[in-house]
Order: sequence, then structure tokens, then C-alpha cells
Amino acid sequence: MPEAQGPCPMDPGQMDATLRRLAADLVTRLRPEEEVVLLGIRSRGLPLAERLATHLRAATGAAVPVGALDITLYRDDLTEMVGSPIVRPTEIPFTLKERTVVLVDDVLYTGRTVRAALDALLDHGRPRRVMLLVLADRSGRELPIQADLAGLRVEVPPGHRVAVRLKEIDGEDGVTVEAC
Amino acid sequence: MTSERYVFPHKHLLGIEPLSPQDITAILDQARAFEEVCERPSIKIVPALRKKLVVNLFFENSTRTRNSFEIAEKRLSAEIINFDADTSSLNKGETLIDTAMNLEAMHPDLIVMRHSAPGAHALLSRHMKASIVNAGDGAHEHPTQALLDAYTLRKHFGSLEGLRVAIVGDIRNSRVVRSNLWLLTRMGAKVTLVGPPTLVPQEMAATWPGIKISHDFDAVIPEQDAIMMLRAQFERGTGAYIPGQGEYSRFFQLNPARMKQAKKDVVVLHPGPINRGLEITSDVADGPNNLILDQVTNGVPVRMAVLYLLSHPHGEQVP
Repeated sequence: MPEAQGPCPMDPGQMDATLRRLAADLVTRLRPEEEVVLLGIRSRGLPLAERLATHLRAATGAAVPVGALDITLYRDDLTEMVGSPIVRPTEIPFTLKERTVVLVDDVLYTGRTVRAALDALLDHGRPRRVMLLVLADRSGRELPIQADLAGLRVEVPPGHRVAVRLKEIDGEDGVTVEAC
Repeated sequence: MTSERYVFPHKHLLGIEPLSPQDITAILDQARAFEEVCERPSIKIVPALRKKLVVNLFFENSTRTRNSFEIAEKRLSAEIINFDADTSSLNKGETLIDTAMNLEAMHPDLIVMRHSAPGAHALLSRHMKASIVNAGDGAHEHPTQALLDAYTLRKHFGSLEGLRVAIVGDIRNSRVVRSNLWLLTRMGAKVTLVGPPTLVPQEMAATWPGIKISHDFDAVIPEQDAIMMLRAQFERGTGAYIPGQGEYSRFFQLNPARMKQAKKDVVVLHPGPINRGLEITSDVADGPNNLILDQVTNGVPVRMAVLYLLSHPHGEQVP
């Protein structure tokens, strides 16, 4: 089990290598006839989905559409929250019908975000199948949800969080385990 | 699940007057996300207000505002009760406070109300636990109309800062104008009120320093970025202030001749309902510069944003 303030589970070089490996693994999971789209869960899932699309294009030569999913309005704790979580637009400028949707997020923890994301995306159309890809899969699930592809699987005690930082949002790449 | 939160510092939306520029910007920014919901090709409903009870309490006739609120509520998955003054106990002599206390006993979360008395909402807000949204109180305020006007202008121009806006017509009887004056001046727009001296109270310049008042529509048209035409409200007594409809139209109607003096890319707004041929001609109301139906479309996401922001517990609150 990692210590509270490290060691750093992923440095920038490892993150890049991990995303390349995830893109390659995803390609092996797809049947030739499948039309794949990536949906990044806001906020950190979106830059991850964009980077994966770049790697997928390099690997297959095909452009993969990327959309952004904001799950705020579908949260199961929304009406009890003090203050309003800021809702950002969902952007899915393509059809989901008969597509293979790969949901992309930074960390899979309780599974509640993914539950909300499934509800949100089904309001946009009926995909052929949905897969879940995360950079870090940590312990602590509260719903029966698993990742199809994970860059890192880590046991983290309660009271700690897996912090993913991305250049696009945080100015640097990295994954650390921190005490909350 | 962590996410950035905005604590809207008001329990009620009684008017634009109590709102800061940050509050106004928060509502308009949030409305952008709800516009995406309204434009979806598939399901235009989100579960944001599930389990919340919204009462639409209309003591005055309204079709478009009430429909717009009701669509907004339905798109947020709220439970809705419509309370019409016509069919209510008001006809049996019940007071506003009694009506409110009876509603309160059923624990609504939000009350959207229109009432002919200025300040009716402020009075009610002192007796109710629910959040109150002003959908029009006499000639006082109509905050969601001003917010949807601002949303429409901001979407078109990118910003309200420095925008030149003329508001034309029956200024005296308009609640739309008062809410717009608070909002536009607070967001840095340059407002000119235009109308006959009898319909533009001079004291408004004292309440909103920096605004211009003009009785010569032709003189101020060329410099405007946006022209907001108001409805001549003959049912509210506009007729008593002007010599006649013909003369009113001659000086204050927006028609093709006046549009020729305006900037080529000027935009035309109107809160509706339009008196075609009176304050505006059909060719202008339906012409390429009009944003009138955009205003109607934008009303729904703007009202969704207001209901969303008021639906959460707020901690420390000011009215």
C-alpha cells in the first residue's frame, strides 16, 4: 500500500507511456466493424480523452471523435449539496447510436460518477456498447462498476485521495496519493 | 466526486436590484450549460430538480412567462403545481398571506409568482421557507426577462460592457425596463431611454445615474448597438399619457425608415407580446435584425439556471 504522500505513482513520462499503452490495449479490444467514440468526463477526463484520441489516430490512422460529458446534473447527491456545483456544457457533436462509447475519466473510486455518466450519456442516444477507461483505478467502490481498462490499479486507504494532475488543467502531469 | 461549486448568495430572486455583477454573470454562465440541454436532439430533460416541488403562483394573467417557467421546470424534472388566481380562494376573499401560508403548509421548495402589487414577493418572502422567484410584480421588476435579454445580447455581442442599448416606448408602465436598467447599468452597458415626456419619468435618471433620456428617437438611433422596443400597454393605461396611437407611432415606432438610420448590424429586441403596426412594424419585427424569437428560446435555459441556483441550500444568505 503506498504511503500517504507518495511515492509518486506516476511521473510525466510514465503517464505518457501509460496513455499510449491504454490506447494500444483499447485497439485490441475492438472488433473491426466497431465505430468508436471517446467521451471524456469533465473535467480531467476530457484532456485524457483528447490525448488518447491522438494516440489512437497514430496507431490506426483513423480519427476518433471526442466529446465532453458533464455529469453534474445527474449526481445522486445533487439536491442535498450546499452551493450549486458549476454545470459546464456537455458537448457531443456526433451521434451515439450504434457506436462503441469509451467513457474516459481520471480516477475510478466510488463508481458514482460513472453511474451518473451512464445516465447522462443514455439521454443522448443508445450506443451499441459502453466501455470504461480510467487512468487510475483505486479501491473504495460503492456501486457494482468496474473499469475495462485502467492505467494504474492502486489500494488506497479511506481518508486518502488519488490526485491526478494534467498539463491542460494543472500545468503539469502527475499522479500522487495524498491525505485528504 | 469533487467539483467546483458556486454558492449563489441569495435565497430568492426578488429582482435584479439586489444582484451583483458576479451574481448576474453566474446566472448567465450557468444558462449556457442549460442551453445545451434545450438543444439536444434527444432527451431535453435532466434530473437536477427531481424531488423538488415548484409552485407556479400567478395572480396576473401570463401566457409566455408562465409557459417558459413551466417548460424550464419540466426540463429540470421538478414536480409542478399550477395555482391560478382565477380559480383560487382569492375570489372567496383570502388574503395573499393566507394563500401563502396554505401553500407553505405543503412544503414547496420554490415558488414562481406573478402579482400586480410591487413588493408582493418581498412581503411573501418574509413568511415562507420556500425560495421565491419574481415572475413580475406590477411595474416594479421582472428579473428573468432582463436576464434573458442580457443572455441574448451577450450571446450575440460577446459582452454587455460598453454596449449601447436604447429602450424605447412605454417606459413608465414597464417592469421590464426597471429590471433591465439595473442589469444593463450594472454590467457596463450604455442605456438611453426613449419615449414621449409623459411616458419617461425624469426621476429615473436619478435612480440610474449615467443613463440618457431622449424624446427624439430619430436622433439617437444611429449610435445604438441594440434597440429594445417595449409594448405600448394600453391595458395598463398607456393611452392616458399620449394624444393617440397614430401620433405615438409617428414618433416612436420602429419601422423600415428608422431602421435605415440605424447601424447595419443593429439588433432589435422586444419582450412581447408585440402590437404589430403600433410600436413596431411587421417587416422589422420579422426582419433580419430581430432577435425576438431568440429571446423566447433563451428564456427557458435562463429560467432553468435561476431555478437550479436557488434550489440548493446556501448557507449564509442575503435576500
